[in-house]
Amino acid sequence: MRLRVCFMEGICAMREQNALLRVRDLKKHFPITRGFFNTVVGQVKAVDGVSFDLFEGECLGLVGESGSGKTTVGRTILRAIAPTAGEVWFRKDSEEVDVARAPHDVLKSLRRDMQMIFQDPYASLNPRMTVLDIIGEPLLVNGVAERRERETRVRELLAQVGLNPHFLRRYPHAFSGGQRQRIGIARALALHPRLIVADEPVSALDVSVQAQVLNLLQELQEKFGLTYLFVAHDLSVVRHISDRVAVMYVGKVVELAPVDQLFHSPAHPYTEALLSAVPNPDPRRKKKRVLLSGEVADPGDTPSGCAFHPRCPYAEDRCKEEVPELREIAPGHAVRCHLSGVLQLEGMAG
Amino acid sequence: MAMPRREEVVEQDVLTGETEAYAASQWQLMWWKFRKHHLAMAAGMVIVALYVVAVFCEFLAPYTLNHRQVAYAFAPPQRLQFVSDEGVHFWPFVYGIKGVRHPETLRKFYIEDREQRYAVRLLVRGAPYRFWGLFETDIHLFGVDDGGTLFLLGTDHLGRDLLSRIIYGSRISLTIGLVGVTLSFVFGLVIGVVSGYYGGWIDNLIQRGIEILRSFPSIPLWMALAAALPSSWSPLQIYMGITVVLSFIGWTGLARQVRGKILSLREEDFATAALLAGASRWRIMTRHLLPSFMSHIIVSLTLAVPGMILGETSLSFLGLGLRPPVTSWGVLLKEAQNVQAVAFQPWLLTPVIFVIITVLAFNFIGDGLRDAADPYSR
Repeated sequence: MRLRVCFMEGICAMREQNALLRVRDLKKHFPITRGFFNTVVGQVKAVDGVSFDLFEGECLGLVGESGSGKTTVGRTILRAIAPTAGEVWFRKDSEEVDVARAPHDVLKSLRRDMQMIFQDPYASLNPRMTVLDIIGEPLLVNGVAERRERETRVRELLAQVGLNPHFLRRYPHAFSGGQRQRIGIARALALHPRLIVADEPVSALDVSVQAQVLNLLQELQEKFGLTYLFVAHDLSVVRHISDRVAVMYVGKVVELAPVDQLFHSPAHPYTEALLSAVPNPDPRRKKKRVLLSGEVADPGDTPSGCAFHPRCPYAEDRCKEEVPELREIAPGHAVRCHLSGVLQLEGMAG
Repeated sequence: MAMPRREEVVEQDVLTGETEAYAASQWQLMWWKFRKHHLAMAAGMVIVALYVVAVFCEFLAPYTLNHRQVAYAFAPPQRLQFVSDEGVHFWPFVYGIKGVRHPETLRKFYIEDREQRYAVRLLVRGAPYRFWGLFETDIHLFGVDDGGTLFLLGTDHLGRDLLSRIIYGSRISLTIGLVGVTLSFVFGLVIGVVSGYYGGWIDNLIQRGIEILRSFPSIPLWMALAAALPSSWSPLQIYMGITVVLSFIGWTGLARQVRGKILSLREEDFATAALLAGASRWRIMTRHLLPSFMSHIIVSLTLAVPGMILGETSLSFLGLGLRPPVTSWGVLLKEAQNVQAVAFQPWLLTPVIFVIITVLAFNFIGDGLRDAADPYSR
């Protein structure tokens, strides 16, 4: 444990200056309660010791199967759910604040700098409020803009996300999924945040609309210098938008690498399996399919040693007993596997 | 992944479409959908009609509440006639009735006196009453001239017109449901919000309390509570007391629904979004959560009204609710509480029909509202 923290600080030291967000050993355990008196009988370790840095202006993709804890990481960082342990250092005016422990008034001001885009464009907009009220709410509750000013600002935001500013008085039911997602993006932008946690922002949309929304997100990133934590399960989407990618498995980051490196030369067997599952548009290209057997490990009852060992085709005895540490195998490429460097894993071409 | 950007096209489609619907609030959409539910609309009209009757009962009833005509005790319903020996009449009339004794059993029974015809007239002068307690008048919407009788639903043992008594009784029976439901609404909403909002041991305490309350058989509980009302109370105090007794159980279901809704809605993304925007818990509760389940609450309230009405009827029928001289449908039914009445004066049971109509109408409205409020049925 001690070793890993030292090591993480090691790689961060290089780019310490421009790390917007430093997540250290973040944990979120949900208690499993049973019976009349809610006795705690176990813990679901949704997030179990996640550490990474997020640099100003980059997009870090966070991928994993459902249940791997990637959404919980995003929400815990924004403290939409309180973390069980760990630190989330957010740099604000050259000073770092721990979001995980910030008192409420500090948290409120921090939240102006960090916003979220939600997965479900239907659930994330209150059906009983007009677009003006939805996008204007952050402005209203933070006392940023008076009534008339707010309306002008909302029009401006609508235009920025590619919606007609005349839609102001409409209710969400008047919009398609893609349009709703744009409204959600406009709401996230309202307070000029620096960090946006995008929780699978396109996975609920049609493929053609996905591309539009992704392009919009990239455009906005350039325009406002935004930093994204982009949670997704679709690897091609992640490849399109991310600078670096973190792969999660049962609450832990198993591999973290620049996007091309991760796709070309994965170092974790789980990453290899994920990549081999991406559909290949070229039918002539034969490639090895790594089919994983079994289910994703239950985060309430994680396997001993490496959590991936029951499904890993390369597992050795050591993997059942020792928990592997996250090790750096190349600059900026870290992997949590005993066999990294030994295995020759296949990535994706192109 | 460079795709042509198509939003201009999309926007135009939206702009040329029916724009009224897009700027419609949830309440407007609900109303538009409710309007298409014919059964519920019809039931709504029935309910409106019933409440109009309740409001204007003194004017609409042909007799006053306690207008006795002992000579006509237990008179059966008189039929409105259109055809006489002289041919077809445009305006309805009734024949006079005459009480005679059976020569052997000496039981009194009534025969139609075809000699006497009384036209049913509008705005006739009859028994005087104080309208809403404000001013004295003796004008009734309809009736017959002096000397005749108009017992469309028969009379009771004191010769009081049953239709008039039912009309007067509707004022009590219909309002007790509303007042009771309002009380349950206040209890249920406050306790449910507290339970769902604070959670933890407060929630546990409230939920276990509700379970205990709900596990009581309701009639004995009502009986015990009604028996606890002091007998020295005035009719009005008894009325208020009974509504409190009725709502005592009614709130539990609502409190649970409110709690469940809060628990599920506060996990919704739009509530999280508001939290992340910096909204206070109070704002999230009042601006986001409450409006989201208001339609649901209104539906369940509508469905709760008939329960209250039935509760009052049952209690009064058992003699534990309202007592004469206060007249409700339950009180009227208590008078039909013996085999003899059912066998010889079946018209005394007609208040049941009004209870059924009211309960059904409320249920149909509730169904219509539920369909209209359901966002998934679109």
